[in-house]
Amino acid sequence: MAAELGASVALRDLEKSYDRVAAVAGVSLDIRSGEFLTLLGPSGSGKTTTLMMIAGFETPTGGDIAIDGTSVVGMPPYRRNIGMVFQNYALFPHLTVAENIGFPLKQRGVSKEDRARLVGEALELVHLPGYGGRYPRQLSGGQQQRVALARAIVFKPRLLLMDEPLGALDKQLRENLQLEMRRLHADLGITFIYVTHDQEEALTMSDRIAVMNDGLVAQVGRPEDLYDRPSNRFVASFIGESNFLPAIVRALEDNDVVVAECQGALIRAVCPSRPAAGDKVMLTTRPERLRFTDGAWNSSTPQNRLSVTVTEAVFAGERCRYMLQAGDGTAVVLKEPSSAAIRRRAVGEQAEIAWSVADTILV
Amino acid sequence: MIGRVLPTTVVALILLFLALPIVVVMVVSFSSATYLTFPPPAFSLKWYEAYFGNADWLRPTWLSLWVAAAVVVLSTVLGTLAALGIARLPRALRIIATGLILSPLIVPVIVVAIGIYYAFSRYGLVGSPFGLVLAHTCLAVPFVVTSVSASLAGIDPRLEQAALSLGATPMGTFNQVTLPLIRPGVLVGALFAFITSFDELVVALFLSGSRAITLPRRMWDDLRFQIDPTIAAVSTLTIVLTVILMACAHYLRKRAEQTRMSTSSVAP
Repeated sequence: MAAELGASVALRDLEKSYDRVAAVAGVSLDIRSGEFLTLLGPSGSGKTTTLMMIAGFETPTGGDIAIDGTSVVGMPPYRRNIGMVFQNYALFPHLTVAENIGFPLKQRGVSKEDRARLVGEALELVHLPGYGGRYPRQLSGGQQQRVALARAIVFKPRLLLMDEPLGALDKQLRENLQLEMRRLHADLGITFIYVTHDQEEALTMSDRIAVMNDGLVAQVGRPEDLYDRPSNRFVASFIGESNFLPAIVRALEDNDVVVAECQGALIRAVCPSRPAAGDKVMLTTRPERLRFTDGAWNSSTPQNRLSVTVTEAVFAGERCRYMLQAGDGTAVVLKEPSSAAIRRRAVGEQAEIAWSVADTILV
Repeated sequence: MIGRVLPTTVVALILLFLALPIVVVMVVSFSSATYLTFPPPAFSLKWYEAYFGNADWLRPTWLSLWVAAAVVVLSTVLGTLAALGIARLPRALRIIATGLILSPLIVPVIVVAIGIYYAFSRYGLVGSPFGLVLAHTCLAVPFVVTSVSASLAGIDPRLEQAALSLGATPMGTFNQVTLPLIRPGVLVGALFAFITSFDELVVALFLSGSRAITLPRRMWDDLRFQIDPTIAAVSTLTIVLTVILMACAHYLRKRAEQTRMSTSSVAP
């Protein structure tokens, strides 16, 4: 069997402390060959430190990093053969675009002719043919980022690390480059590890996302898993918008369903772990998955229902956003696709809302 | 109106106060008189002839140039290495190390000179050009360290990381990335090292002895024992050389600033 194009990366109890303060506090993660994995988290969550340890710029204070099954802890960065794209591009200002892209090839002793050919191919790949003779300062931010990308893949590494590569670009450009990176990932077939604090970026680009918080992985999974089945409160609130309903466990049903009492109503929630009856828990739902019951609402799936008062109604073009209040004052957000056929609610109106049990998660 | 005229006048007067002695020296160097007088009765180049025709002046000039050249090489290499090392130290150590390296500038030069004289006399380094080179290097290294450190501070550390991630060894990273980027700072440091050594008198007074007479020392002796306008001609030449070197340093600094801007700023 031919060797796989992408490297696999295994992090085992990885730790990094500065003056006894842990930046990364025990991260274990298996990144598969050819995968696009995103480390997503707020600043200070340890995602960049984790990336820097994989690249070899930070030495772990504990744990192990293995690339294709071989530990690389202690191997200097220049022997790891990993492509890396930095936040502010880190292009060499005194070298031309072609010299920048040729830099890794030169270090590997590639002949001048081969270098010119490979640099040309790399420039084609990032849609910048003919830009070889320019200096980085003569390029726009987006172009600089493409050059940085070309430089990081021209030597055909099996692993590409990216540290918030689109952070400094405007929204439009960012979205274009996101698509391009996805395409590049598909074309190259190598493993991408991508660091960002932008959840939308993570959701659109990644095969899997590892959400990080306080130096630990809060949850790993496909984007839809994280969105539909957050395993804890942090993930539920960090990715997308969530409602949180405090509740008390009353009974356990089959199929991982829990019956909990909330605002005097019984609510069913999905829960992979098995809490005990009487436990105080938090239930979470997504605002766009709630509906008013007296609308055109028909569903054969099991429902949860709750009585609320409308406290705020905002029309936002494609959708209406309602702030609701449950009996004990808990605030609930509901987002409804806007339609001239749906009656809009007024502030102060009493209403009943409903949503699927499958969209109710105990966290 | 007054708000603008007053500061301009004050600045002009200050500049005049600073430049006037230099102008007088330059004018006197072209004097035809055999004694120092201002304004000169007539103009001539005879004091320049006196300088270029006299081995007692040319020998110290060559020695000063050689010593300064050696100081440039030594202090630039040592100062650049020191700056690179200091930049990688933890903050507290960095302050201590910088303070120690800058101490020759802080301690009065006469104290440094006396200290060096006693230390060197034990090893026969008084009256030897080599002793002068070592002593002047001590005085010149702080300038190189300051200048190179400023250049290093303007470099994005991610550039070095990028080079390493692309497969360049630490040595390759230094040669291909760090050095080209700090080169203006290194050159400015080298120019200051040259000027520091070439103009230096106090240490030379102690260390020159009777064999290693530098140009400033020769000028000093000349002023003490006989005064003729040759000294003005020599001074003018020294001033011109220094101004040229300072202009080079200024140009290099400007260029360094531009490089720094293009490394740290990101076009939107």
